[in-house]
Amino acid sequence: MKFVTMCLALVCAFGLTAGASAQQGPLRITIEEGIITPLPFAVPTFQAETAEAGQLAQDLVRVIAADLQGTGVFREIPSSAFIAQYTDFNAPVSFPDWKAINAQALVTGAVAVTGNSVNVKFRVFDVVSGTNIGEGLQFSGTTDGWRRMAHKVADEVYSRITGEGGYFDSRVVYVSETGPKNQRAKRLAIMDYDGANVRYLTDSSAIVLAPRFSPTGDRVLYTSYATGFPRIYVLDIGSVQQRVLESAEGTMSFAPRFSPSGNTVVYSLSQGGNTDIYTMDINSGQSVRLTNTPSIETAPSYSPDGSQIVFESDRSGSPQLYIMSAGGGEAKRISFGEGRYGTPVWSPRGDLVAFTKQNAGRFHIGVMRTDGSEERLLTASFLDEGPTWSPNGRVIMFTRETQGEGGASSLYSVDITGRVLQRVNTPEGGSDPSWSPLQQ
Amino acid sequence: MKLLPAALLVAAVALSACTNANRFGGDDLASANPTGGTPLNGVIAGSANDPASTAYFNQTVGDRVLFEVDQSTLTATGRATLDGQAGWLLTNSDYQAVIEGHADEQGTREYNLALGARRANAAQEYLVSKGVPASRLRVVSYGKERPIEICSNEACYAKNRRAVTVLAGGQTS
Repeated sequence: MKFVTMCLALVCAFGLTAGASAQQGPLRITIEEGIITPLPFAVPTFQAETAEAGQLAQDLVRVIAADLQGTGVFREIPSSAFIAQYTDFNAPVSFPDWKAINAQALVTGAVAVTGNSVNVKFRVFDVVSGTNIGEGLQFSGTTDGWRRMAHKVADEVYSRITGEGGYFDSRVVYVSETGPKNQRAKRLAIMDYDGANVRYLTDSSAIVLAPRFSPTGDRVLYTSYATGFPRIYVLDIGSVQQRVLESAEGTMSFAPRFSPSGNTVVYSLSQGGNTDIYTMDINSGQSVRLTNTPSIETAPSYSPDGSQIVFESDRSGSPQLYIMSAGGGEAKRISFGEGRYGTPVWSPRGDLVAFTKQNAGRFHIGVMRTDGSEERLLTASFLDEGPTWSPNGRVIMFTRETQGEGGASSLYSVDITGRVLQRVNTPEGGSDPSWSPLQQ
Repeated sequence: MKLLPAALLVAAVALSACTNANRFGGDDLASANPTGGTPLNGVIAGSANDPASTAYFNQTVGDRVLFEVDQSTLTATGRATLDGQAGWLLTNSDYQAVIEGHADEQGTREYNLALGARRANAAQEYLVSKGVPASRLRVVSYGKERPIEICSNEACYAKNRRAVTVLAGGQTS
């Protein structure tokens, strides 16, 4: 349960691009809707610069390849197809050998382990033009943080080729679940985005729901029944210290999210059977009521600039999505399709709102533009809900629950084209994921 | 487990081993069950035959009312059950109650929490309208977190859309 602190120092850029100035344009794959052909890449086992680095040289490459392959944007060429023998990070690359197996991108690297410290260097090449894509980089850190170094390398490769920000060096906080549906035990857990390094943040003595990361990834808001009634708590991930955000006797508070500044919490408060949206200054505890209607208002989420809030309301008679100013006031409905809409979450890029849609007995995760146009459903199942955005706004993680008496929850991810749907492995059942920002 | 499903509560009370959250800060459910169980007029105190027992309330009066899909309006059957609850609570005035609102699994977690709050509140308001002091009643919503039936069809959903009056306190002196 110890929090592993590690510094990833971006030591330097080294080495220059390899002279040749190919003029057919840089290797670039644009992520957009519609069918794309995944870009074939090769990442041979890194050169082990010290004797202890042999295993790590292989492990790093597996994580890097899994990150890239998992995007659906890249396709790994297996090492069994390799012609070139990669052994020396500084030797010239024999591009014809990589071209012959149709690799378009090549990642080479070297790793040195000295005691507890690791140094990783890598380069990215455009095989077709025989040029470097960006400069070589190196990261240093500690051996127990090696997966983060692999994710950093993969983020760099992904960014250089797609032009998008990366998302691999990130974490997910979620609810880990065990037991049958009518007696489910829930506790908060945190893990790397790919399911590695799971750590539990609470025990399962009380129901816990819907954790949400702070904008800097250091704290988590969640709802707990520890007092017998739903209350919002804020938990420091490093120390695992938690405190309740007080609300009045006889009320229930839930569905919290941080503002982009991290100083304000927007949440739902139920009183006398009516649920409305409030904000609270997380330091002073001062709260402000934003909605005041007899209908249900819940699941609020800020725009990335903090100026607006998207939320769910049944004021029209069924749950639909609305946007209002961050200070409250009149709200504009944005969902008009068939069915019921809930759990809207504003994309970190600001362009889209992800949501849960329930229609004709099925649940969907979908996205729409913030004016409600261009609605697209990305998934369909018995029960999908609770989307959370990757830091770059390209992937959505959510809860999928299976049907029937043995029904269980697990985490899934889908890219915003809807093509790449994957289960995220967790040691137990999982629900209510919240994706962190990229780690610093 | 802090929160046993209501059906199990009956058994738990009989075993004097209820671990329900002590939400009034005082007596817990177990204390509502007098120890000893000496037959009095042929009625075992605390058993379902004892009209002052939680078992009687749960089984004979009926501790729950059910709701239509997405609704928090009380049905005629629900109002009749609550009439019985109100009468019982007025007779057994040393009991307090937490009314738990629940939803079926069709719906998002947040919306169902709010819907469960509506249902619990509907039951509470009805009991208050029948003279039960509001100070003896509290409400909590579990949304879809604690289904009592676990199948994924209407037969189960209908039983999960409920407001359950869970007694606390009772004969303590």
